[in-house]
Amino acid sequence: MTFIGWLQIAALFLAVLAAVKPLGLHMVRVFTGERTFLSPLLRPVEAGFYRLAGVDERKEQGWLAYTLSMLAVSIAGFVLLYAILRLQAFLPLNPQGFGNVAPDLAFNTAVSFVTNTNWQNYAGEATMSHFSQMAGLTVQNFLSAATGIALAVALTRAFARSKAATLGNFWVDFTRANLYVLLPLAIVVALAFVALGLPQTLDASATATTLEGGRQVLSLGPVASQEAIKQLGTNGGGFFNANAAHPFENPTALSSLLNIFAMLVISAALTYSFGQMTGERRQGWAFLATIAILLIAGVGAVYWAESAGNPILDELGLDAAAGNMEGKEIRFGMAGSALYAAVTTGVSDGGVNAMHGSLTPLGGLVPMFLIQLGEILPGGTGSGLYGLVVFALLAVFVAGLMVGRTPEFLGKKIDGREMKYAMLAVLILPVAILGFSAVSAMLPAAVASIGTPGPHGLSEILYAFTSATGNNGSAFGGLSGNTLWYNTTLGLAMLLGRFAYVVPVMAIAGSIAAKVKSPASTGTFPTHTPLFVGLLIGIILILGGLQFFPALALGPIVEHFAMLAGTTF
Amino acid sequence: MLRQLRPAVVLTALFTLLLGLAYPLAITGAARALMPAAAGGSLIRKDGIVIGSALIGQAFASDRYFWPRPSATGTPYDASSSSGSNLGPTSAKLRERVAGEVERLTAAGIATPIPEDAATTSGSGLDPDISPAFAAAQVARVAKARGLPEADVAGLVSRHAAGRLFGFIGEPRVNVLKLNIALDALKT
Repeated sequence: MTFIGWLQIAALFLAVLAAVKPLGLHMVRVFTGERTFLSPLLRPVEAGFYRLAGVDERKEQGWLAYTLSMLAVSIAGFVLLYAILRLQAFLPLNPQGFGNVAPDLAFNTAVSFVTNTNWQNYAGEATMSHFSQMAGLTVQNFLSAATGIALAVALTRAFARSKAATLGNFWVDFTRANLYVLLPLAIVVALAFVALGLPQTLDASATATTLEGGRQVLSLGPVASQEAIKQLGTNGGGFFNANAAHPFENPTALSSLLNIFAMLVISAALTYSFGQMTGERRQGWAFLATIAILLIAGVGAVYWAESAGNPILDELGLDAAAGNMEGKEIRFGMAGSALYAAVTTGVSDGGVNAMHGSLTPLGGLVPMFLIQLGEILPGGTGSGLYGLVVFALLAVFVAGLMVGRTPEFLGKKIDGREMKYAMLAVLILPVAILGFSAVSAMLPAAVASIGTPGPHGLSEILYAFTSATGNNGSAFGGLSGNTLWYNTTLGLAMLLGRFAYVVPVMAIAGSIAAKVKSPASTGTFPTHTPLFVGLLIGIILILGGLQFFPALALGPIVEHFAMLAGTTF
Repeated sequence: MLRQLRPAVVLTALFTLLLGLAYPLAITGAARALMPAAAGGSLIRKDGIVIGSALIGQAFASDRYFWPRPSATGTPYDASSSSGSNLGPTSAKLRERVAGEVERLTAAGIATPIPEDAATTSGSGLDPDISPAFAAAQVARVAKARGLPEADVAGLVSRHAAGRLFGFIGEPRVNVLKLNIALDALKT
């Protein structure tokens, strides 16, 4: 670890911090229906969309109708994307002449992009036509992110309102998230990406005659436009197989920082919007502090582990001072790779600029653990905020048990009903992650997919289901996931992680909205203080993390000691 | 649920047109007009022929050229099929491969400890850069193969060494393709 490395990390977090308030306020204006500076241009488009879709924008929905609308658009997106992938060969903009995507891979990919996971069991440049990348995958990058933002806004309204029967109109929130938040940011970031060197062309490839007289085919495509929304929407699905380690997706250290900034900024700013809309601005900052403490600790842990390097390789005569360079790019080095690895997993992005499967055991444990904490640091666009609120409810409940008070959060009494839904939601992660991993570890056909045997093999399986259930999308790439077993089970894990989590959260929103919002009294446990931040961190680590400790002990922790002992598998 | 069907289908279709076609095509048009070189893949041409991309590494095996890092793509530096090795830290295969690289590099006159990047594969398999240490370790070999004074080659390397942006963003590095192009242009 070096001072310069930490300076780079600090600069990134400060840049995000500077953007939190302006972007957070912009989103408040967007979702309270105020005019914004974009309205003159976008309002006619928005109104036209409502007219064609038959949406009455003044009509609000209760939690159930809101949830059903969300499910309907997810199903429509799934059907369209599945159809595009299955019919790829007959569709335009296919200069490489790729064939149709196989049914199980198309299922996995469609689920993956609709649930904002973007797990990829395919190599982009060798599988997907430009049409599939643009009209299929890029669209879902927007829509799945807008869906998350809409749900977070609905939950926020539940805490802002008193005795309310409705949470807003899903179609309006969804449309406005796309038009006023994601699209303008994507245009700016995409053009910045081209300026930093990302290709943006409809050509399939260029062929070079190398200096030594060989032939090199350089895959190209509309990369910048997809990368922009891939990061802003915390999707993470790369244009190329190597994702943001590929020099065309991420040519310089500066483009890498812009990638990380883009994946953090909306989720971080939503904490401010939450505070502003509920009238408790300090609550937003308390959430942001919680996120920052855990995330920076994660970055530091990966940075330390990767800088310490791999003694097995160093013993062969490598210079140990450089750290573990397997799977990393020179231009990013230890600090840039560690920062990306921790943020992409804290954020539910899942793009990578270094191969996570080749991280040192402890350096790989941290990203896996950050996903297992529930993708709330600050999590996916929208999904992170509602996940964090669920943990906040658990924290006030635990605090209430300790001091014998009725738990309250932002003036709303928290009862058994909300706690049951909250537990239903947080239990999805261990059930899907540990359940599917356990079965896979027992099935010879599933074990055969492992790349590196020994404890790392268990880590590969565990990481895959962690990533799928957490809707992250990054991978320990040694596992060959494109099999019938993994395409299907990972698809199911992604569906559970998204929808089995969202439905109880929306039920909480409905029940909270209906309650009276009472002003704080002397008996109220304040939820914006350092004490609460500490309590929330404790709940996240204990409730979110501890249940995975036995599995992590058998994977990365055993592997760490094996590495120190010089054992290979 | 049926009441949800029309907005779901219509909005999905409209957003596919707006975000899936209009948005990427508009960016493509703007990028081509404003930044044609970058939009096309930062290609390097010599006498009208494309000889590579400034951003993508290229395979070099001859002693007359600086070597890049080992690559995990099917054939080294296959830019139509990017890939890392994805081998875990305790992989026997990884240990064996690195041991082989160390042997090859020591045979080529590079002293131990060998720069870490010289024997490990990158995440993409297309890393355009090597560390300044790995470049320095190759100067003697390249100078000898080309019959050039070592100081000339070392000078060329230091002119092609890129530092950190603003002194703190990124890592020091040397772009191998650009260095080798400059090497070819050097008068022998």
